[in-house]
Amino acid sequence: MGYTAQKYMITFLFLLIPCVLLIVFTLIPAVNMVIYSFQDREMTGFKDWVGFDNYIRIFGGTSKTFPNANMEYLTTLGNSLYYLVGSFLQQALALFVATILCSKIKLGGLFKGILFFPYLMNGVAVALIFKNLFGFGDGLTVPQGTLNSILSLFAGDGFTGIKFLNDPNNPVMANLCLVFASVWRYIGFDIIMYISAIQSISPDVYEAADLDGANSWQRFWYIVFPSISPIVSLQLIMAVKGAVSVYEIPFIVTGGAYGTMTFVIAANNTAFGAMDAIGLACALSVVLLIITVIVTVVQKLVFKDKR
Amino acid sequence: MSSNSHYFDLKDYSFKETPKGIRIFWSAMKYVVLVIACVLVIIPLITVLIGSFKTKTELMNTSAFVLPKSMAWANYASAFTNGRVLEGLGNTILIVVVSCIGSIITGTMTAFVLQRFNMLFTRLIKAVFLATSLLPTITMQISVYQIVVKLGLVNTYAAPLLLYIGTDIIAVTIFIQFLDNISVSLDESAILDGCSYPRVYWSIILPMLRPAIATVLVMRFVAIYNDFYTPYLYMPNHRVVSTALQDLTTGSNISWNVVFAGVIICIIPTLIMFLSMQKSIYSNLVSGSVKE
Repeated sequence: MGYTAQKYMITFLFLLIPCVLLIVFTLIPAVNMVIYSFQDREMTGFKDWVGFDNYIRIFGGTSKTFPNANMEYLTTLGNSLYYLVGSFLQQALALFVATILCSKIKLGGLFKGILFFPYLMNGVAVALIFKNLFGFGDGLTVPQGTLNSILSLFAGDGFTGIKFLNDPNNPVMANLCLVFASVWRYIGFDIIMYISAIQSISPDVYEAADLDGANSWQRFWYIVFPSISPIVSLQLIMAVKGAVSVYEIPFIVTGGAYGTMTFVIAANNTAFGAMDAIGLACALSVVLLIITVIVTVVQKLVFKDKR
Repeated sequence: MSSNSHYFDLKDYSFKETPKGIRIFWSAMKYVVLVIACVLVIIPLITVLIGSFKTKTELMNTSAFVLPKSMAWANYASAFTNGRVLEGLGNTILIVVVSCIGSIITGTMTAFVLQRFNMLFTRLIKAVFLATSLLPTITMQISVYQIVVKLGLVNTYAAPLLLYIGTDIIAVTIFIQFLDNISVSLDESAILDGCSYPRVYWSIILPMLRPAIATVLVMRFVAIYNDFYTPYLYMPNHRVVSTALQDLTTGSNISWNVVFAGVIICIIPTLIMFLSMQKSIYSNLVSGSVKE
């Protein structure tokens, strides 16, 4: 067989399965998602076309299909702000720890390993570990959580524990605990990433700075930070995507109760829960898609400037 | 590496005028920060480990840091058998192995064609692949689920396998990037020697891609072993590690000592993998994703 014929043959054969999978499990669902978002649709199928009513409902408006204004979805977007702020702090902390680990440190490999390991752990395991850590137990059916156990060492006799995760009057506390779990899980990745970025800076630059008599703070601010700032800004932009896509930990730990509902848990409950509103859930997916696209466009623009 | 690459290096002359006491103080502070960070990582894990060896009454009546009187291995047995963790481990291994093989085969073949053959068609497909990586996988599942229902694949192993293999665009991207740095002249000289294209793929491209394959394997293991959502949604009748673990906490009468044992069982394979390939795992997981 000639090489041109072979080329077309191979292109067809090698791409057949990947393209079929791509069409069936990505492209068709993506198109469906947009179409369904303008429908009243249940798991069993199509009911009616509703125009933009699903979107109006998401942003708290009233329409013919949904006569009552409902803020539940907007609240979940508010909750993602906790995670957004959390991941900003996470970046700062990771950078701080990475700088320390890049200096002469004994047992650096061990510290690195311990801090990175949570990133590899199963999300359900992480969630259950924190359900226990922040748990509130009566000691009859539920054991006392670790943090409450620690607090009881310092508190007086009457101390029965704090409801970190399940106090209906304190959603801020519950969300902060979940953000802590998320930072605990993901910070190791950022630390390793910043370490490899810092180590890729040429030693010559430091030598030159030394000759000019730069102190270590000046070195960080004028050499290290500028050379890793593209990665920092990439991470900060990506944090927006991460903050609206939070799912696993809050789903397992609180199930979205006590004011910890996230956008994705809400979308899933809307589709697969008692509401059975596939159309509305698809509109939520489209909103998430739009946020993702905006973030990616911003990211591309920022990085074009950098180069 | 010269000492100059460490910008907090105490031997640097910029520090020479700093009094010795202050230098020692800052050096000690570094360790204080690292130790605090590590303690924060370890405490939640240690208390789960301790709890996994306590009996139910011990767990209720003793503080989280009190060691168990004797090792209650029964918790582990109970997690394995009553709690379907054993079934979960088996299914997880099966799914990880099959979808890794599938990802490697389809991923390298796709990358080979898309990177080496510069035709209008391949450029188009490449653009589509890259564009789909924008889609938010997690909420896309609502419409993907409708397709999987129509295909009658709910509660079959085929559902997670096809989804893991079919949506692994990151693997394709990594392979393409890797091929960008492998000279085409290798292929060309093989073709001059009379090699067919399938032969070029099999004897030249595939062996050259070995480091990239290692990266993809590690990424896939971590992603699939830890995935909860896909099996939870598509295989509600079967258990993988994640869903078996979640299963232990449903119902009204939760045995937390058994839950803790399940958590430890679930972490052990990850720990073994981490310890056995610690050096390469950082570069495989972190550097791989930075290049994206």
